Amino acid sequence: MDTLKYILKRILQTIPLLIIVSMISFFIIRLSPVDPLAELKLNPSVSPETVERERTRLGLDKPVIIQYGKWAISFVKGDLGVTSTGEKVSQKLAERIPNTLLLTSIVILLTWLVGVPLGIIAAVRWRTNFDRLLTVLTSIGMAIPSFFFAVLLLMFAVKTGWFPIGGLTSPNFADMSFGAKFLDITHHLILPVLVLFTISLAGLQRQMRANMLDVLDSDYVKFARAKGLSEGIVIYKHALRNAINPMITLLGFEFAGLLSGAALTEYVFQYPGLGRLILEAVMKSDINLVMASLMMGAVMLILGNLIADILLIITDPRIRSKA
Amino acid sequence: MIKNILRQLWKDKYARLAVIVLGVIYLALIFADFIAPYTKDFSDRTMAYVPPSKIFTIDENGKFSKPYTYNYVREFNAETLQINYSLDRSKKHYIKFFSKGQPYKFLGIVSIQRHLFTTDKDGRVFLLGTDINGRDVFSRLLFGGRISMTIGFLALFVLFPIGLLYGGISGYFGGKIDMIMMRFAEAVMSIPSFYLLIILASILPSGMTSSQRFMLIVIILALIGWAGFARVVRGMVLSVKNEDYVLAAKSIGASKLRIITKHILPQTTSYVIVAMTLSVPSYILSESGLSFLGLGIQQPDASWGNMLKEAQEFTNILYRPWLLTPGFLIFISVLSFNIIGDIIRDILDPKSNKG
Repeated sequence: MDTLKYILKRILQTIPLLIIVSMISFFIIRLSPVDPLAELKLNPSVSPETVERERTRLGLDKPVIIQYGKWAISFVKGDLGVTSTGEKVSQKLAERIPNTLLLTSIVILLTWLVGVPLGIIAAVRWRTNFDRLLTVLTSIGMAIPSFFFAVLLLMFAVKTGWFPIGGLTSPNFADMSFGAKFLDITHHLILPVLVLFTISLAGLQRQMRANMLDVLDSDYVKFARAKGLSEGIVIYKHALRNAINPMITLLGFEFAGLLSGAALTEYVFQYPGLGRLILEAVMKSDINLVMASLMMGAVMLILGNLIADILLIITDPRIRSKA
Repeated sequence: MIKNILRQLWKDKYARLAVIVLGVIYLALIFADFIAPYTKDFSDRTMAYVPPSKIFTIDENGKFSKPYTYNYVREFNAETLQINYSLDRSKKHYIKFFSKGQPYKFLGIVSIQRHLFTTDKDGRVFLLGTDINGRDVFSRLLFGGRISMTIGFLALFVLFPIGLLYGGISGYFGGKIDMIMMRFAEAVMSIPSFYLLIILASILPSGMTSSQRFMLIVIILALIGWAGFARVVRGMVLSVKNEDYVLAAKSIGASKLRIITKHILPQTTSYVIVAMTLSVPSYILSESGLSFLGLGIQQPDASWGNMLKEAQEFTNILYRPWLLTPGFLIFISVLSFNIIGDIIRDILDPKSNKG
């Protein structure tokens, strides 16, 4: 019951956060000297009525506060307006967000599967050559600019022809059977996943190593060893449980970092995700699209943190007792 | 304390190597005008996308000679529809050291013409080839590095006072002020930083001079990072604000601002040093990413990021790999900063000293 109450409280806390985020984003974008409807007006396929409808919807003839109010109300209702090409923003987002989520969740899964064990091994074999080697490798992973790494991999793909050059699906995707579709998407995902994986693995492995080192030094682990328990039981039964908890908090941060990192990677690989969408929107100064994707990015980040916190509440009883 | 840190840094062989690498890079950037054979804007349109010059030290008779190079000639092959570059072996161009070339202002003050190395008037020496406008990549690397390698530090100098003061005030006053200030900081942190970065960069007006743009990019980079930093500072302030010396300062009637800036914030010094060294590389990466997209430093100014913009084209990646050199330089400098940051953290964090 307590857990539930605490989770509910945590969920309610995100509401004021979302409101402040939306205000910040709204005013940043209104700072821009660009006429929000300029692109729309220039597009011959968009009727003057649509432009007029957008003007009244955004309340452009009214003061900024009212504009914000109008925008916020229609955002909550799910009406995000139209892009400069006349498409619905909500539809565009619905196409792109799942792709970004797919990419980031695969990367998170992989980094955890690889990073956590590597962190444990590095901590257990602290200051051995293996530990040093891992430190060197992760330093290298952290230092490669994501877009540069992506460009190098693209060069590799072009030269060998082993991988498709960008995109998420092949041109004949629609005609494929389910199995072939799955393979096709996997094939396209390998390189972008590799880039993001390399970059985010380092942070995770180091954090896990540091946590594990902390825990291994604590009294209860020493006690467990003194009792004569085998090293395996000490590490996997006693130490690991406590070392993994702080990692869950990191999950939220990792997600945030991935959203940012994915933008450049998506751009280089022409991957149809949210990051590339916002980049294209920014370049075309498509205000509705920029605003909506910025908000969606923030919402995803806040949800990611929320999920991490809830997981932590469930796994770590100490947090509940503090509340 | 700083002296102690530096001594320990020097003791670690990896850190020493990193310090030396960064030292060499920064020295080269300071003396960029002298080391670079050409100025930043020098361009020879007939020499677009020329591969790196070949330097010969053994002449055609198999004898040692002063180093010399040949110019490239560009020919269009109508059959294969390709542009070929071949050496024009009719005329040798000797490499001359400390000789006169294009005029520049040494360190921005003294007007001189001498360059570390150059060649005769119609010869061209392009150590790392040229870009689409026939500009020397090697020279532009040096000038671009000046921007890429300083922008991070400048952003930090804008960000740290803001973060320190914000976190200090929030933590010290507590209560409602703290709550409102922290909610705001959290909201800023909830926007994916790179999204915020590109949006802020895109609303910059286009008609700015390059130095104005540079300053604004610095400010934008600072706007991204202050919130997380302020939050950590606040936590540290909370932990020291009830210490005896703070209460003592309060009881002798010191003003709140004075207590925060003179008594509380100095306690965060070691954290600030670590945070600074650890975050320099992330600013270098952010700037290069931004410029790579064309939203950061603009042509004709060079930065490592905007030089890599040309690597977005497949033909460039495949046939002109010398255009990728800025990427390796970013990699090397970020790696060096990271290594130094790691070691400093080990030194300052007493926990890691055990064993």
